[in-house]
Order: sequence, then C-alpha cells, then structure tokens
Amino acid sequence: MTAAPDFLPVLPEMFLGASGMVLLIVGAYAGARAIRAVTWLAVLALAATAAILLYPAWTAGVTRQVSLFGMFVTDGLGVFTQTLVIIGSLLSLLIAMRFNEREGIARFEFPVLVLIATAGMMMMIAANDLIALYLGLELQSLALYVLAAFARDDVRSTEAGLKYFVLGAVASGMLLFGASMVYGFAGTTSFDGLAKLFAGGGAAGVGLITGIVFISVGLAFKVSAVPFHMWTPDVYEGAPTPVTAFFSIAPKIAALTLFLRVMLQPFGGLFGDWQQIIWAISVASMAWGAFAAIAQRNIKRLMAYSSIGHVGYALIGLAAGTAAGVRGVLVYIAIYLFMNVGTFAGILCMRRNGKMVEGIDDLAGLSRTHPALALALAIFMFSLAGIPPLAGFFGKLYVFMAAIDAGLPVLAVIGVLTSVVGAYYYLRIVKLMYFDEAQGAFDRPFGGEVAAVLLVCAVAILFFIAWPGPLLNGADAVAATLFPG
Amino acid sequence: MTHWPLLSLTTFLPLAGVAAILLLRGDEKDVARNARWIALWTSLVVFAVSLAVWANFDPTRSDFQLVEQADWLPDFNIGYHMGVDGISLFFVLLSTFLTPICVVASWTAIERRVKEYMIAFLVLETMMVGIFCALDFILFYVFFEGVLVPMFLIIGVWGGSRRVYAAFKFFLFTLLGSVLSLLAILAIYFVTGTADIPEALAFNFPPHLQTWLWLAFFASFAVKVPMWPVHTWLPDAHVEAPTAGSVILAGVLLKLGGYGFIRFSLPMFPEASAYFTPFVYTLSVVAIIYTSLVALAQDDMKKLIAYSSVAHMGFVTIGIFTVTPEGLQGAMIQMLSHGVVSAALFLCVGVVYDRLHTREIARYGGLAENMPKYATAFMVFMLASVGLPGTSGFVGEFLSMIGAFQVNTWVAFFATTGMILSAAYMLWLYRRIIFEKITHADVRAMIDLTPREVLVFAPMIAVVLWMGVYPASFLKPIQPSIANLIERVQVSQRAAATALAQR
Repeated sequence: MTAAPDFLPVLPEMFLGASGMVLLIVGAYAGARAIRAVTWLAVLALAATAAILLYPAWTAGVTRQVSLFGMFVTDGLGVFTQTLVIIGSLLSLLIAMRFNEREGIARFEFPVLVLIATAGMMMMIAANDLIALYLGLELQSLALYVLAAFARDDVRSTEAGLKYFVLGAVASGMLLFGASMVYGFAGTTSFDGLAKLFAGGGAAGVGLITGIVFISVGLAFKVSAVPFHMWTPDVYEGAPTPVTAFFSIAPKIAALTLFLRVMLQPFGGLFGDWQQIIWAISVASMAWGAFAAIAQRNIKRLMAYSSIGHVGYALIGLAAGTAAGVRGVLVYIAIYLFMNVGTFAGILCMRRNGKMVEGIDDLAGLSRTHPALALALAIFMFSLAGIPPLAGFFGKLYVFMAAIDAGLPVLAVIGVLTSVVGAYYYLRIVKLMYFDEAQGAFDRPFGGEVAAVLLVCAVAILFFIAWPGPLLNGADAVAATLFPG
Repeated sequence: MTHWPLLSLTTFLPLAGVAAILLLRGDEKDVARNARWIALWTSLVVFAVSLAVWANFDPTRSDFQLVEQADWLPDFNIGYHMGVDGISLFFVLLSTFLTPICVVASWTAIERRVKEYMIAFLVLETMMVGIFCALDFILFYVFFEGVLVPMFLIIGVWGGSRRVYAAFKFFLFTLLGSVLSLLAILAIYFVTGTADIPEALAFNFPPHLQTWLWLAFFASFAVKVPMWPVHTWLPDAHVEAPTAGSVILAGVLLKLGGYGFIRFSLPMFPEASAYFTPFVYTLSVVAIIYTSLVALAQDDMKKLIAYSSVAHMGFVTIGIFTVTPEGLQGAMIQMLSHGVVSAALFLCVGVVYDRLHTREIARYGGLAENMPKYATAFMVFMLASVGLPGTSGFVGEFLSMIGAFQVNTWVAFFATTGMILSAAYMLWLYRRIIFEKITHADVRAMIDLTPREVLVFAPMIAVVLWMGVYPASFLKPIQPSIANLIERVQVSQRAAATALAQR
C-alpha cells in the first residue's frame, strides 16, 4: 500500500514550475502586449518561491528530510544554494528586461524559460537519486539551450545555441552513461543507498570508478571546468548578454552544488579515489582561466574565462573534501553571484548609438563619462581579483583556508599564484576605465532596474567586510550538517 | 581620555572625509577647492587624534596599549583587534604626519580629478594606519593588501608618461609577495587556532614549520622593503608616481617590510630567523653597495633617490637581523628617519618638477642663486640622508652599525662602504642641482619656495633635527618593546640550542 507522497517539501519547486506554465498560457493569450507584465510576474513568482522556501526554514529550522520515495532531499545545503539560484535568476531577469526590449528580442517566452530553467536547477540541487539528478539537469539544460539561441535572427546567437546543445547533449550522455555504470555495479541509483555501500571506505571496483569518472566529466562540463570548458567562451560570446549573465550565475551555482552533493554524499566514501580528479581539474581551471583571459579583447569572452577560473577556485573547496571546504565553496559562490551579476549589469550598459559594444577597449575612459558606473565596475573587478577589503577576497580566503587545513598546500600555492595572473586582466579593465582617455559616452538612460542591481551588488561587495557574519556562519552551519560527527 | 577608541578613530576618520568629499556637487572648480580643504582638515584632525594616541601611550610598558576588541567573526576566532606598542606607535604617527603634507604638496600640482585624488589619499591613510594598528591577522592582511588599490590608482591616473607600466608592475609585484604571506597567515591560523596576533606572537612554532612560514613572510616583506633583487618595481613606481604618491611610497609603504620583519618574522620564527640571517645580510649588503653604485649613474633625480631608498633600507634589514638592542633601535629610527627624509627629498624634486616639468639632473644647476630657501631645505634633507651627525639619519645608521659590529664585522665593513657611497651620490646630486653656474634661462626664471611650500618643509625639517638632536623622545617608547622582543627571541633560540645539544 503506497500512501500519497508528502508534497510539502517540494512545494517551492512545484510552485515555480506551475507559475512557469501559468505565465506561458498568459503570454500565449495576451501576446506581445504583456511581455513586461509577464516579466514582472515572473520576478514575483521567483520572490514568492524564495518565500515559500525560506519560511519553513526560518520558523522551524532546516532538518534533513527525504521525500518522494527517496528521490528528493531537503537540507541546509539545498535551501542555501536554492536561495542563491533564485536570487541569481531574479536579478538576471531584472537586468534583461530593458535590454531585450532595446534589442528587439523581447518575447514573453524569455521569463518563462528562465522560470523553467530555475525549477530544473532547484530539482538538481534537491536530487537524492541519480535519476532525479538527471531529470533536473535535463529540464534545466533544455531551457538553457533555447535561451542561448534566443536572439533567433542573430547568427551568433543561433550558433551559440546549437553549439551548447550539441556539446551539452554529449555531456549529458556521458553523465547518463556513468550513472548507468554506477547502477550496474552498485545495484542502486539512490544516493543514500550508494552512500551506505561506500561508507566503510571499501575498495570500489574498476567499473564503479569508471562510472564515477564519467559522472565527473558530465558535471565538469556543466560547471565549465577545464578541460571541458571549450563551449564556454563561444556560448558566452554568442548568447544575448542577459542570457550570458544568467548562464554565468544560476546554472553554475546549481551545477557546483550538484558536484558537491554527488561527490560528498553518495561517493563520499571514495574520497581518496576522486580527490585527485577534482585536484587536477581545479588546477587546470585556475591556470587556464587566468592565462587564456589575458588575450581576450571581448568582454564577454573575458568573463567566460574569468568564470572558468572562478570555478577552479570553488573546486579547491571540493578537493579539500572537508566541512571547511564545503563552507569555502558556499561562501565563494554566494559572493561570486553578486560580483558577476553586477559585472554583467555593467556590461549591459555598454551601448553606443543604439548598438551593443563588447570590446574591452570600449570601456576606455569610462571614469570620465560615467563615473558611477566606472566605480561600480572597478569595485567588481578588484573583487573578482580577490583584493581586500572587497568581498571577493573573503571568498578566496575561505577556500584557501580549507586547502591549508586539509593539507593541500600545493593547491593553495597554485591558487594564489594564478590569482596574481588573474589580477592582471581585471586590473587591465580598471586601467582602461581610469587611466585611458575617454572614447565617447554610452547611451543613456541605462534603466532603473539595471542601476538598482548595480547599486545593490556594489554595496554588497563593498560593505560585506563590515557584516560578514550571517553569510559565513550560515555557510558554516550548512557545511557542518553534511559532515555529521 | 583613554576610554575613547582612539585607534579606530585614527584609522577610520579619513573615511568620514571620503564620504564628505563624495557628497560634493557643483562645478568642477568649486568641487576641487572644497575637496582639497576637506582632505586637509580631515588629515589634520586625524593627525591631532594620533597625537592623542602618543599622549596616552605609556612609554614604560612593552605590551600592546590602547587595545580595542570587538567581535567580527567570533565563530572563527577572527576578531576586530586593534592596539599599538612601541614598535608600531611611530609608524602610525608617520602615516598621519605625512598625509596632510601630501595634501598640501598636491594643492596646485594636481589639477585633474582632484576629488578622486583626495579620496584616494584618504583611503590610503586609513589603510596605512590600519596596518600598524591591526592585531588580528585577517584584519592586518585586509589593510596590508588594501593599500595596493589606492596606490595603483594614484600612480596610474596621476602619474607620468610610463605610469601604466609602473602601476601594473607595482601592483603585481607586491601582490605576488603578499598572497604567499596570506597562505602563511592561514597556516598560522590553523596551528594556533586563532587569528589573534598577540597570541600568535607568544606561540612556539615547531622548527620545520618556521622555515616555511618565514620564507612565505619573507617573500611578502622583501618585496615591500624592497630588498635586492626584488626591488625593481620601486624605481619605476617612484619615477612615474606623482610627487605625493612617491612621498607615501617612500615614507610609509617601504616601512611595511621592515615593520613586518620586526613584528612577525623575529618573534614568531626566531630559529628560522637565526638560520636565514646570513642570507638576509648578504642580500642587504648587495643592496647597499649595488644600488648605491646604480644611484651614482642616474641622471633622473627621482630614480636616484629611489635607488638610495633601496640602499638605506638595506641598513634597516641588517639592523633588524642583528637582534641586538642597538641594531633594532637603529633600524626603527632609520625607518622613521628615512620616512621623513626620503619623503622630503621627493618633495624637493617635486618643487623643481612643478616649475620646469623635468627631472633630468643636467637640466638644472645653480639653483642656490635664485632659490636660496630651496637650497637650504634641500641641504638639510640631503645631509640627513647622508647621515650627518645632528640629523635623524645619523642616529639610525650609527645605531644599526653598532649592532652590526657586535655581530659581524664584515657586514659592518661593507655597509660602511655603502655609507661612503651614499655621501658620494647625494653630495654630487646636490652639487649638480644647486651649485655650479646657471646655464639655462628657464632655470634662472624659477622662483623660490612659495609660502605654501615653506609650510610643507618646515615641520619636516623640525622633525629631522629633533630626531637627530634628541632621539630619546622617540627611543624611549620603542625601547621596552624592543627589549621584550629580543628577550623573546633569545629565550627561544637558547631553548632550541639546548634541545639540539641534548639530542
């Protein structure tokens, strides 16, 4: 006798998916008139989802709870990162609105696709089974493929969408293949079952290790870690800028969380086997992200390499494999979210004579033409470079702390050295804005939403140092729950 | 009075000035004028507050005073912890003393983006004071690296023709050094379980760890000092920076390295320090002789003074690693003296640069005729730099040499050679600029010091003579802290020696 499952724990995901469908119908009937209304409703839906997610956590605290026949899990890690994903999607929607209108690509499907992708990401984060993981991942990915090609009359955007689709499909295939091997050798797809199987730290067979390697490859592709990063610069450059902003934030947070969960929970007992994989891709990502970015002249490609590098830093925390490491990753992605949204909000302001400009040289002399925008971008650049007293420094601090604590000094040394290389290209943008002569102003106005997002992110990054407790302690508490005892 | 959070006030008051300047609106001229006045008044008030710090400082105690503690990240044992002892007190004063001078010195020299310039200097002041007051490693590091941001902008925005190259070189060189010390700080954090500096200072680190941590800190401080061969950023940064930027660079930022050695390397890693002392001596002696010779060959005034800074800091590192009372006190006085003297020398260069817009030595000559006041001021600082008795430079070099002689006569011998060379290049510089005949018409047309410039130099001359004639008022607060430090180093070195003997 199977009782009706308890749907309460998955209420946020269900609400978000339902809102997406309702808005789809609204959009389909109301047509082009209602694009703005649909966007604002989507923003509202995201905010409401966050409220539904956080209200029980606020009143009753978060205890680990498995629901839907072991498919989904609600825990601190999930609530923490789902909140970040929602914030990322919400801010991306806000900065996208005016841009899409100006570019003539405003369609009501945009917010709907973002909602569906977000629902997929939340499912990924909450997955407690390899099948649930795959479902969430695909829901997210399919929506993202369409988003990448959203400027459908633009060759570059279409190319980006196709590229992303083909390569993404290969990666999904790898992940699925790995999952099937794990199932074949372990006999279960449940995370809890797998965790129990490996709990003793018993030796895993070659078949299982192969399966884990394939799963890691699929996940590394999704977080765009070297050597599975090749799609990132092209897709980032080709996709419409607000979509790029969205890509660089929400899916990345979701995929990193998934990486954490898969590696630490079902395969936690095999830490010794997979640590070297993470170690290697972390080093490769940091190094390649830093060196390849130096040669970039397009700001979106530059941000693509920057995000590759940042994934490398975040993976240091996973390579540490400790509570401190998880804490480092969580702090890192939370801060990264605000730095990146802010930077992309700034990039969206780069329009001259009604057309988007994307060369980093177009930023020359920005401090003369738009002092406030230049200041905000400078704050983000110094923060991305990890210079104190800005928030980006604390992100790096906590992952390096984890690396030192876990006895990985070599990884930490490589990390700080590549961060110096990385500082070079962030500084170059500051140099362009502050040291060089003005190129001519950007089109005004930037739009109230973009300005508001810029302000919020800049203030958050600048004054994080004054009140870091909530984020750090929250991440600490979440990380502790993953490592009981 | 002591219940006031004096150190926090000194540190963060400049930010209030920044906020005020940010609120300025109106046309550019008014904004520039108001920004200058706000910056001046803010920095003067900060200086007054720092004098109150000195007044409230008990010179007989060796521990940290005026301590302030607040929760910052209590769950991580990382706190907001401020305090000064004899070692850091005068560096705080040096920073607050030089900032108003910089503001006045840039009064007319800076015409573009005055508002941003003043903001950068006030932020810089906060960072500098914070470095010397911070008693928590994370807090210290935030200030220590945060200094790079305003300095990068000052060099890059208001600098000379090769300013971009110089700004990048400055930033990346120093960043490369300091990130390694960040890792050392994290390692210390895990070994001691706290980021609190006084607790770490009292902790006995195992010897094998000391070596690595010492090297990581050395990477950071050696770049800051700067020691040969990682000094190459300094001449570039100095030459391209605006005058006031050079003043802060030479006056305060170069002292971070020496301060770091005294504050961290010696007490925390005494055995590693003893082990690496010959290494430091070698680098310092090379720095003194090599950079002195390089200075002799310069035809750019700022470059010459920049190289002389490297040589003078060589005396400081020798003095520090003698671990004798004389050597350490000498190093302290030498750093303070150099902070004022080299800052003043850069201001001297700035005075003529503002008039003729060239730093080429050969373009000048015979300034004694039409600029007697300038010639006098320049002479005082030149002689102080050479180390003439009665000036601050003498006390510092003399004490560090006494320290060096006790420990290693060869080091003292080579360092003394450097003193002779320093006299050679400084006197030669002075002759070429001030004496000889005026050959250029535009040099003859140069006017003497304006009242504003006299106002800049007068307090600096006073301090140089005060430090030279009656150094006791500076040495007295320093002595207990230094004595405490030496005892700490000797006790642990002795303990290590007995441990080795027993084995």
